[in-house]
Amino acid sequence: MIHTYTEPTPTEIRDQKIYLPWGLTDAEYELVCQKLDRLPNYTETGLFAAMWSEHCSYKKSKPVLRTFWSKNERVLQGPGEGAGILDIGDNQAVVFKAESHNHPSAVEPYEGAATGVGGILRDIFSMGAQPIAVLDSLRFGEIDNERTKYLINEVIAGIAGYGNAIGIPTVGGEIAFDKTYAGNPLVNVMAVGLLDQDAMKVGQAKGVDNAILYVGAKTGRDGIHGATFASAAFSDEEESDRSAVQVGDPFTEKLVMDATIAIVKRYPEDVIGIQDMGAAGLVSSSAEMASKAGMGVHLNLDLVPQREANMTPYELMLSESQERMLLVIKKGSESKAISLFAEYGLESVVIGKVTDDGMYRLDFNGEIVAQIDAQDLTTAPKYNLPAVAPKRLQNAAKEQFVPKIDDLKQTYLQILQQATIASKASLYRHFDSMVQTNTVVRPGSDAAVVRIRGTKKALAMTTDVNGRYLYLDPFVGGQMAMAEAARNIVASGALPIGITDCLNFGNPDNPEVYYELAQSVAGINQMAQALNTPVISGNVSLYNEYNDEAIYPTPMVGMVGLHADNQTIMTQGFKQAGDAIYVVGTTTAAFNGSEIQKMQTGTINGQLFAFDAEAELTNQQLVLSAIQAGLITSAHDLSEGGLAVGLAEAAFDQHLGFDVAVNLSDALLFSETQSRFIVSVNPAHQAAFEAHMGTAAQLMGQVTDNGTFKLTTTDGTTEILENEAYTSWKEAIGWLLK
Amino acid sequence: MKAAVITFPGSNCDLDMYHALVDEFQIETEILPATITDLSAYDAIFIPGGFSYGDYLRTGAIARFAPVMAAIKAADQQGKIIVGICNGFQILTEAGLLPGALQTNTQPGFICDITGLKVVNTTSKFTNAFTKSINQFPIAHGEGNYYVDAATLATMQANQQILFTYTDNPNGSIADIAGVTNVNGNVFGMMPHPERAVDALLGNVDGRAFFSSIIASLVNQQEAIKA
Repeated sequence: MIHTYTEPTPTEIRDQKIYLPWGLTDAEYELVCQKLDRLPNYTETGLFAAMWSEHCSYKKSKPVLRTFWSKNERVLQGPGEGAGILDIGDNQAVVFKAESHNHPSAVEPYEGAATGVGGILRDIFSMGAQPIAVLDSLRFGEIDNERTKYLINEVIAGIAGYGNAIGIPTVGGEIAFDKTYAGNPLVNVMAVGLLDQDAMKVGQAKGVDNAILYVGAKTGRDGIHGATFASAAFSDEEESDRSAVQVGDPFTEKLVMDATIAIVKRYPEDVIGIQDMGAAGLVSSSAEMASKAGMGVHLNLDLVPQREANMTPYELMLSESQERMLLVIKKGSESKAISLFAEYGLESVVIGKVTDDGMYRLDFNGEIVAQIDAQDLTTAPKYNLPAVAPKRLQNAAKEQFVPKIDDLKQTYLQILQQATIASKASLYRHFDSMVQTNTVVRPGSDAAVVRIRGTKKALAMTTDVNGRYLYLDPFVGGQMAMAEAARNIVASGALPIGITDCLNFGNPDNPEVYYELAQSVAGINQMAQALNTPVISGNVSLYNEYNDEAIYPTPMVGMVGLHADNQTIMTQGFKQAGDAIYVVGTTTAAFNGSEIQKMQTGTINGQLFAFDAEAELTNQQLVLSAIQAGLITSAHDLSEGGLAVGLAEAAFDQHLGFDVAVNLSDALLFSETQSRFIVSVNPAHQAAFEAHMGTAAQLMGQVTDNGTFKLTTTDGTTEILENEAYTSWKEAIGWLLK
Repeated sequence: MKAAVITFPGSNCDLDMYHALVDEFQIETEILPATITDLSAYDAIFIPGGFSYGDYLRTGAIARFAPVMAAIKAADQQGKIIVGICNGFQILTEAGLLPGALQTNTQPGFICDITGLKVVNTTSKFTNAFTKSINQFPIAHGEGNYYVDAATLATMQANQQILFTYTDNPNGSIADIAGVTNVNGNVFGMMPHPERAVDALLGNVDGRAFFSSIIASLVNQQEAIKA
């Protein structure tokens, strides 16, 4: 018997096409009717709309995602679970994943960002892992309007409010600004966890009659339709849907996290599966667990803890109330699980059981309100979308932009003040980067480093992508995102071991956007294999558009590296006067898409400069082995702003100066050629270092302590006071945000 | 010496304190829940940082009613060492075990940074081992703006209850106060985190003198009892 309320009847749903605003197309609705062999009721239509949304099903991006290389000797768990897992030896594993919260953060930035942190942490501890670090990759418009300032302040406060309270350090990430993100900011959060391999859990509902246990916060009406909301674009005409944004409670999350990790440790045999209730809440978590195990589930919605009165099955199933987990507990072990959660002050309730008929069945008020094959619910139709190279790529000018530099000092100070280049310390100082007392390298260096207590090991982690490069060439830009992430890891002295990603793009139905997506993934994939860093998890965020204008393709790469020995952890700052400064790699005219092109022309254009994957790998290997051999005292990756910015950043750390001479023009100091590092070397190790590096490293000069940056180029000699440069760089964001 | 680290729901620096005491100073330590009602077996009690009960109300306002607070008050009556760091400091002021209150930072917002601390008094149970007058301590709080009325401040100054002041006041605390004791000198609270500054690998060991001071004073106390 199928129950109906004052909700539209199945025929009204069909005739009034009320499924369209929920994101189901006519063809998809027809397919649902065929699969059911009847018309779906209101609840069922809602379940399909959520489960077949791009956010839950990846129906449009899957053909591309399938191409990701995700297997090597370290991979214990690839894509498809809460998070990916890599073997780091000694029966330990590192667990990581990144997730976007772009749409919620655009309309309700504090809660959007906060719940982004909460959601990704649940993905980590649902694998049985202890979260050890969070990183944020943020994109905003130019800081020249009140709206953007508001978004920045609230997103930062939201990340701080959640991450600080739950006690997981926010150790790194990056923040960049470009007008392309003005109407659609990006809030990507990566979380990293540690796991004993024996404690590994996945989200599966195995074993007939095993119990489905609901844990954590009660279900309210918040966040209903968050998944379909994330699968549509913004515009000026349409009022943004605030009710689709959830509200976070980090205190409850901390209890849920501690209790979930505790139950996996205490009763490993009794916990069959764990899944967090994220996008599309209860339906997504329960249907995915059933479908992955090839089983069915039968839930009684009257038992779901509710914080509002008179909630309908539709609301209960689609709510995205935060801090909720779903566990599959072995039959007979329910009471010990419930009493463990009670120890942590948490309510947990058995709301159903695993069945063997493959059906997804919901009861409410003693009646069946949904009855669907679980496989149908989790198998959205696949789309192979057309891809067409954007016109701008076909007609791009081949010549590189030529920077105009009349006064090197003035240009140098100006680039240090660009929001994307300037110090982000005034923003990340709001994040607790030290709690858990494992953070060896805090925010501000190339990669953050977190030690693994009780071992000699440590993990390096970073996030990277430059959307401007991808806009000019999605394939090469994708390669460069990987290359820079790996240079960050290598500069810290660690071996890159794997990546996660957040693929932020516009509307995939636009063939040009789809082309960008496919090409970016191909570029990332090519470098992932070259670097032996498999893609073990990730997230797709499409429909990042405002008024039909897509953001720059921005596939954020989150990379993790392994330090075998915490005694060779390296940082980017020069250490003492008298050390020799070398540049590793060759500098060429690489200006299309660069910070200086943006600064001097207000935009970016032309064909992206070339990338040499072979040189990249060679230089990374040379630098890494030099660090591990103890030949280097500091190492810094060169990226946006080139040598000019890299040298300044290396000097700022200890307020040192430098005296360098290069056989380059003033303009080439700002070139963004890839595959380069700046390293400093103690004079005692210079001979050994030079022998090790061969022609890959050129001596530029030395570190000084006279408070001056002295640069000699083929255009002459320029001196800049360190404190003037430092103030420009350190204070710029604060000035802009005033 | 036996130490207790009290963990309230929402405490998140409990393990950091535990590791500092056990790994760095080899002190026998137990982490105990806020439901415990007997602390008679412990010589020193540490209340760690975090967000007790979420701290959605005023910081420490709910924690002061936890069952463990009676046991902490009993330990104070016996003159035992009681330390509150960050949220622990907030809880001790809420419970009336330390004077004053902690307000929202003058410039609102959580700050995580390294700040200079001046050791004002090196004769206390908590500062006797400091050799440098200026030390670098991590801070991580949004409500660390210490306030006492003028009369109490004068008494505290006269009694030498102010142990640490900020060299570059990050939160607006009155008289740059960072850490204080009660009148008897056995209860101490501070917003900065000494437990985050004990391990050379993490780049800062200025917090070690804090723990060394407590150990030295406990040893002295025990010798005094024996004598």
